[in-house]
Order: sequence, then structure tokens, then C-alpha cells
Amino acid sequence: MTVRLQREDFDIGAEIARLSQGRTDVGAVASFTGICRGGDIAAMTLEHYPGMAEAEIERHVAEAETRWPLLGVTVIHRYGRLVPGDNIVLVATASQHREAAFAAAEFLMDYLKTRAPFWKKEERAGGDGWVEARQSDAAAAERWSGRRPEAAE
Amino acid sequence: MKLLYFAWVRERIGKPDEEVDVPASVRTVGDLVAWLQGRGEEYAYAFENAAVIRAAIDRNHVKPDTAIAGAREIAFFPPMTGG
Repeated sequence: MTVRLQREDFDIGAEIARLSQGRTDVGAVASFTGICRGGDIAAMTLEHYPGMAEAEIERHVAEAETRWPLLGVTVIHRYGRLVPGDNIVLVATASQHREAAFAAAEFLMDYLKTRAPFWKKEERAGGDGWVEARQSDAAAAERWSGRRPEAAE
Repeated sequence: MKLLYFAWVRERIGKPDEEVDVPASVRTVGDLVAWLQGRGEEYAYAFENAAVIRAAIDRNHVKPDTAIAGAREIAFFPPMTGG
């Protein structure tokens, strides 16, 4: 398991390649990259809770490892000021087969959105404002909890 | 114990963290919110809609009815928007 929080950018290709380098048991690597979207925002600043953010992500990776037969997981989340086009987050999962890799990546992203202590503040022409949590993100995370009773909160 | 505040909770209170001595009558996270609400208008503003505020004790998410006994670090923050 690799979990990193950092200000600097990450190399998506290198991170994905690392999950299968030097081994022959990995048959599938799935990845998700979250990117700062432009449009009406000039930039965003990601605040996080140092210590808890890592711990919370590690708890969810450990949970994913109990649910699916994973051979490797990498989660990298940036903090600080980001501009449109910048990478925000990478989740990459390795397994023997695609089902586990896809499902675990989606599970981790859904939980990252609603449980990992990060907050986005956007810089807009009309002023700065904190992003409000979306009900659809809560619902996305909730759908996994039926198979994991202790996760409900 | 140490209290930490994040995002707009931090901005409204005007500081990222502080050490507080909490009265013995404050037993749960919910009690602590109510006690903080009485500490001044910046706290009243931060916790005006207490139902939306999330809390963590020693870096684990907790609910309002969780006891705070033994806690070293309690954090308050809005719903999370990472990812």
C-alpha cells in the first residue's frame, strides 16, 4: 500500500507502472485521476487535516484489501493551491483480474470524497468560497455500506 | 485537550487550534459543541448549524453522542470535499 499526501504533482504513468513492475502475478491495474476543472474557477486551495487524512485513507485501503484480492494500491492526494488542469488525486489498484481492480478503485474514490478530511476552497470572479459537499457523493459512498455494516455513519 | 478547526469552521472561529480546559459536565462531542457555542460570537457563528459540523477524536470520525473522556485531540470541520 502506498498512501502519499503532497503539495507537488505526481507522475501518473510512473505510479501506474510501479504497481506491476518486476512481478508477473498482476493481470489488471485500474486507475482514476481527479483533475482540477476550469470553467468559472481560477484556482482552488485544498486544505487537509495532517495525520488524520493519511490515517483515514490507509483505513479505507485496508478495508478495500479485505473486500477484494488486491496486489497493490496507490493513493496520492495533493493539497495546497491548484489551478485548472492540475492533478488532484490518483487512485490506482492492481489485481489478478479487472473486476477487483475496477471495484476497489471506485470504492476508494467514493470514500475519499466523503470521509477523507480534505476541503476545497475555490477562487472565482465573484469571490472565494468553500465547496459544498454533494449529496450524490454521500449516496455514492453509502451504496458500499450495505456490504460493510460497521462503515455506516 | 487540544481542539482543531478546519475550513470554514477555522475561518469563523479565527484560529486553527487551541488548548482548552473543559468542565467535567461536558461529556460528549455534542456537549462540547454546546459549550463552545457559549464561548463567544465567533464560536456561535461557527457552530450555528451544529447538525452539519463533523467531528473527529484522535483522528477518527465520531458522532455527537461519543464520549470525549480520554481524548487528546478533537477536531471540528464541515462535510468533506476532497477527491
